[in-house]
Amino acid sequence: MRLAILILLGIAASGAASDPKAPFAPAASAERPAGERLDVPAPPFSEGIFPCSNCHASMPVNRTRRTLTDMHTDIVLKHDEAHRWCLDCHDATNRDFLHLASGERVAFTESYLLCGQCHGEKLRDWRAGVHGRRTGNWNGTKGYLLCVHCHSPHQPRFRALAPLPAPARPARPGD
Amino acid sequence: METDGKTTKPTRRMFASQAAALAAGWVLTACGPKRLYEAPRAQLKKAIEDMERQYRERLGVNVSVSDAPPIPGVEFAYALDLSRCIGCRRCVYACVKENNQSRDPQIQWIKVLSMEKDKGIDFSAADPYYAPAEVPEEGHFYVPVQCQQCRNSPCTKVCPTGATWTEKDGIVVIDYDWCIGCRYCMAACPYGARHFNWAEPEIPKAEINPNTHYLGNRPRPKGVVEKCTFCIQRTRAGRYPACVEICPVGTRKFGNLLDKDSEIRYIIEHKRVLVLKEELNTAPRFFYFYAT
Amino acid sequence: MPLDNPAQFIRRFLGFARGSVRLILRGNRAYRLWLAALGVLIVSGALAYANQVRNGLALTAMRDQVSWGFYIGNFTFLVGVAAAAVVLVIPAYVYDWKPIREIVLYGELLAISAIMMCLMFVMVDIGRPDRFWHLIPPMGHLNFPSSVLAWDVLVLNLYFLVNFVVATHILYRAFHGRKYAKRLVIPLVLLSIPMAVGIHTVTAFLYNGLVARPYWNSSILAPQFLASAFCSGPAILLVVVQVLRRFTRFEIRDEAIWKIAELMAYAMFLNLFLHGAEAFKEFYSGGQDVLYTRYWYLGLNGHHTLVPYAWSAVGLNLLAFALFIVPAARRNWVILNIGCIATYAGVYIEKGMGLIIPGLTPDALGEIYEYYPSVTELRVAAGIFAVGFLVFTLMLKVAVPISLGEFTEKKETSDLASVAWAGH
Repeated sequence: MRLAILILLGIAASGAASDPKAPFAPAASAERPAGERLDVPAPPFSEGIFPCSNCHASMPVNRTRRTLTDMHTDIVLKHDEAHRWCLDCHDATNRDFLHLASGERVAFTESYLLCGQCHGEKLRDWRAGVHGRRTGNWNGTKGYLLCVHCHSPHQPRFRALAPLPAPARPARPGD
Repeated sequence: METDGKTTKPTRRMFASQAAALAAGWVLTACGPKRLYEAPRAQLKKAIEDMERQYRERLGVNVSVSDAPPIPGVEFAYALDLSRCIGCRRCVYACVKENNQSRDPQIQWIKVLSMEKDKGIDFSAADPYYAPAEVPEEGHFYVPVQCQQCRNSPCTKVCPTGATWTEKDGIVVIDYDWCIGCRYCMAACPYGARHFNWAEPEIPKAEINPNTHYLGNRPRPKGVVEKCTFCIQRTRAGRYPACVEICPVGTRKFGNLLDKDSEIRYIIEHKRVLVLKEELNTAPRFFYFYAT
Repeated sequence: MPLDNPAQFIRRFLGFARGSVRLILRGNRAYRLWLAALGVLIVSGALAYANQVRNGLALTAMRDQVSWGFYIGNFTFLVGVAAAAVVLVIPAYVYDWKPIREIVLYGELLAISAIMMCLMFVMVDIGRPDRFWHLIPPMGHLNFPSSVLAWDVLVLNLYFLVNFVVATHILYRAFHGRKYAKRLVIPLVLLSIPMAVGIHTVTAFLYNGLVARPYWNSSILAPQFLASAFCSGPAILLVVVQVLRRFTRFEIRDEAIWKIAELMAYAMFLNLFLHGAEAFKEFYSGGQDVLYTRYWYLGLNGHHTLVPYAWSAVGLNLLAFALFIVPAARRNWVILNIGCIATYAGVYIEKGMGLIIPGLTPDALGEIYEYYPSVTELRVAAGIFAVGFLVFTLMLKVAVPISLGEFTEKKETSDLASVAWAGH
């Protein structure tokens, strides 16, 4: 699906709304009706944690790689942790943003761009509507989710689930 | 008017007898009960009103029955990512609820098979009754099976009364008011997709989904066959099937095969795709694929 | 053929009906006991069926995994019995072999009762018997020629009709002391030969044509159906003619019986050979589809319910073949009857349960549900067999005296006249 995905962002808190990027605009985009929009809900932040600048604005930046002990101790990084730590993805100078490897800033609402740096194939499938959960209308507005709605960015592997009950085995009458 | 090559002048008596025969034929075929397949629009409307009234009387629920026809230029298809499914059975129960399947005796249109990775897709080693504390299990993968909406459907071919057929949008449907319950279609189906109402179906009144389609999830009687219809009541209204929406891992994909920009076309063109029991030449509209 | 005027016809027919009823009501103790036993089975079957209609087919042991069972197995077996009338017609009419000719009529009566049972077995198997008319145009819709079941409905009813017309015509004419109309009977009898092959072939194709069921999807199925039918049908008939010979003045030459037994031996050989060929292909090639054959003969994953039946069918069929192939053996009445029973039982097992259940086990998705009939199914089936035997018995009760010239119009009308006179 070569569609222009204009992500409508309903998140007032995000500064990105003022700088909407057409994240991917392949050639075939013109074939899609201009009115088609893909709604992506707000990123699943923990209660009260965003904007990050609320706390970080007044804090000096410490770029030393270390284990956090005062805050964010609940976050356990299991995502290529040998090579990575917080500031590889979170922007140190503007905490309300993420950044790509190039240093380019990315809003939390467009975090898929960050994920796509390594998982390019997944990003491509996601754009095509093939990776990820699908809601909405198959012939209209398709509901998209951000990567982080399903995958915790810090521990992206899916957690095991309890399955719903197995079907009943066929029973003979009177059994 | 021709009879045996000889042209004869129509006489008044001939006309009268033919008119009488026509009238009798009309009375027999037009007024009597009929397959919904060939029911003209007006009669279909009336049949649907009757259905709604009967549901009101019998179930005490205001069930609305849609008669939405196929959308021109649409042929539905489904794709399921075998590399993602974790066997959680969320789809099974979403389907049961959406499509008014009997809770007792239990009918489930989706069956999730647990298979062993070192055996591959081997039905003789499949287990639909797996019940570990958590899924996915080590060394297993999962193959959910439901109606494959075959292009070469063996089930519609064998039906002696023409009570099941393929709609223009590719959905294989059943006329629950015409099915005689001979179960020949069940013997013919290579996917175990068809289910029989061995007893009067039971659904708690509060759990009945009142948004139905006459060829889909409207409540069924005892003694007839039923099956997945790609949630015809939802998909003909533009929505995704219930199983697609519920899937927590995004395994299930759905769309219009005739739309070259649809995700289903993307999958067929870009992924490793397979159909179950390909050698039987049933040509399913239900594809399995490996995204990774 | 002189045509009766309506009044005459009705009077004649009433005479026939009245005489028939009197014949049916008359009988010795054994006859009455037999009827009483059938009556008990019929009532029991009817009650069980009423229950099944009320509560649904959940009362059977059939489920989505094994969606056809005992009923359809019996249906298949009985189509074979019905078709077997032909094995007698061929030598009798085609080769004009007189000794068998006398029992062709009874073969046809047997076919009539067997088809009746077939249709009843289908009726009790369907989920909505109240909708059976959906099959019948113009109100209904018969999916012809696409559905093999539609073909089966047609050929079975046509075959029933042909046999019914031939048998009633011969009897009615004999009742009036006239010979049957050759111009009617001979073409119909000749037609009934391909039709008998036809009903059984179509019934085999019913299963054969399903790509989903490898156990049935073998081109050997139709020939094997015919071979086994030519064993089971005559097996019943041989017992029946011996009973008739014993209890009525009906005569049949021993050579006729022996000849039929000999033909049965050949048919049984063919049947065993075809089964062997199929088993070889499945087991030696060892493809995926061997599962079904394996389930029948050896059991699968610890499921062995049907294995004893499989081997008893093989044993019984072998025994029957051995007994009938040796001329001295088949001429011994005790041995002959043992052979008949062995044939009947062997074919009944292999063609009923042995055909339907392994065809559906494991199911399309590999699940094994071990089916065996429920009490409801057994009762309903026994009831249907009882109806079939009752119809056959009553038809014989009328047909035998007519063909022996004991029950004719002359006697009836003179009786009637005397009754009428007495009434004055």
